[in-house]
Amino acid sequence: MTKTQPARNVVATMSEAISRFVHDDDTVVIEGFTHLICFAAGHEIIRQKKRNLTVARLTPDLVYDQMIAAGCVRKVIFSWAGNPGVGSLHAFRRAVEKGDLEIEEYSHFGMVGRFSAGAAGLPFWPMRNYGGSDLPAVNPNIRTVTCPFTNEVLAAVPALRPDVTIVHAQRADAAGNTQIWGLYGVQKEAAFASRRVVVVVEELVDADVIRSDPNRTLIPGQIVDAVVVEPFGAHPSYVQGYYDRDNFFYQQWDEISRDPKRLDGYLDEYVYGVRDRRQYMAKIPGLEKRLTAQPKICAGVDYGY
Amino acid sequence: MATDASDMMLVMAARELKDGEVVFVGIGLPNRVCNLARALHAPNLVLIYESGAVGAVPTRVPPSIGDPALVTGSLMVCSMSDIFQLFLQGGKIQVGFLGGAQVDRFGNINTTVVGDYGRPKVRLPGSGGACEIAIHAHRILVTTPLGRRTFPERVDFITSPGHRMHGKPRSFFRHPGAGPVKVITDKGILEPDAETGELILTTVYPGVTVDEVKAGVSWPLAVREHLIVAPAPTSREKEALTRVQAE
Repeated sequence: MTKTQPARNVVATMSEAISRFVHDDDTVVIEGFTHLICFAAGHEIIRQKKRNLTVARLTPDLVYDQMIAAGCVRKVIFSWAGNPGVGSLHAFRRAVEKGDLEIEEYSHFGMVGRFSAGAAGLPFWPMRNYGGSDLPAVNPNIRTVTCPFTNEVLAAVPALRPDVTIVHAQRADAAGNTQIWGLYGVQKEAAFASRRVVVVVEELVDADVIRSDPNRTLIPGQIVDAVVVEPFGAHPSYVQGYYDRDNFFYQQWDEISRDPKRLDGYLDEYVYGVRDRRQYMAKIPGLEKRLTAQPKICAGVDYGY
Repeated sequence: MATDASDMMLVMAARELKDGEVVFVGIGLPNRVCNLARALHAPNLVLIYESGAVGAVPTRVPPSIGDPALVTGSLMVCSMSDIFQLFLQGGKIQVGFLGGAQVDRFGNINTTVVGDYGRPKVRLPGSGGACEIAIHAHRILVTTPLGRRTFPERVDFITSPGHRMHGKPRSFFRHPGAGPVKVITDKGILEPDAETGELILTTVYPGVTVDEVKAGVSWPLAVREHLIVAPAPTSREKEALTRVQAE
């Protein structure tokens, strides 16, 4: 048997997916470490005025800075809150310095452990970490556990079970079998830990394409609730093999976000002022040409037997 | 070309890297340090980024640690779970580079908050991978320019542990790595005293006086009996530096 039809079709529009799977008061994860950060989903959450969200990510990045500024967020769970290579996340920083935003802070390893425990169905994740650091003093969820075999005292972090995780990817089939290459951070753990999963892709492909290279599948359709097709949906983040990171925009954001009025103006024009990604792209002429990736095709492998 | 103070940090840090070592790299200065070392004496340095790129050979200076250029041509791309569990906690990282808004008398590093955590004067980005790198990398190189505010007697918040934390030595926590073995500044190098863990001045750069270094830290800086004057950058180092800076 060489060809099977996908058992299900979960393709949806962004508007449908966010409306069905993201609710007020949810714990929401839009993962992706620099690579594959789904801004299109963040913008739709802002447009749909979701409120009182707990948002978790290793690096809140511009996407959560925008959601914080738009008033969607009650609490942030994170491990590094900056504008990578540029400086501060100003909306985040203003909210924290004013005491308007609840934070729960770990290190990267701690966040990786939280997702790993959630994904594996364990209550916590042990690690050798945090001894001498002040992080446990400000985060009561960083605790210790004694090894039953060696009596060694280890750090422990609790499982994180998001209500919904949104993952951007290069491609998926209609059943949600999702392939990612390039940096893939903690997307697999975050998706498996989550009650609901929305995948946003650059391209929808036939199941045959997925089956031709199964090692590339990071997220199985089995755990995916919706597949949204949204080319350039990660901009200003990037998609390996599709488009480069818009480092210029990351620098611009520093200026935009310093001034709350300018930030509101940005949201008015590029988030509230458009219906979807297609309109967003139409607002920035030349963007596609400037960022489209130079091809660098790999040789492929032989799956024969 | 005259070598300025920040170039001296680069050259001194590059001299600390040995060929073939596995180095956990951050953006900015550490990246340039590694490129310089690769151009000089350590062509086989293995660069690992917390984003998951192993053996990266970036053809442009990566503006972020998750840059696509770290993936293209690298030896391996893995999950961040693999990076932290297998590489770092598994003891496979020899050198980690750290820097910070504050570095204190015992080499503790603060990248979290200036002022009180609950009511911060300045909210900084936080740990990222720094806390676990400080604990697990076999040795840590800290690269930070001197300044009395940057080098307080005690950091406002210990993000990444150094040699003595709230009175407890590193051995108390059984950290696998040796911690910050050298703090490479723009004027000289500080190293921990073997017994107390306190940072003391062990090396000055050519043309720098001990008093100049002392003026750049907030505690009474002790000076090692046999103070070393670092050799000035060689013409080969200067030439490689020009190339790396131009990238």
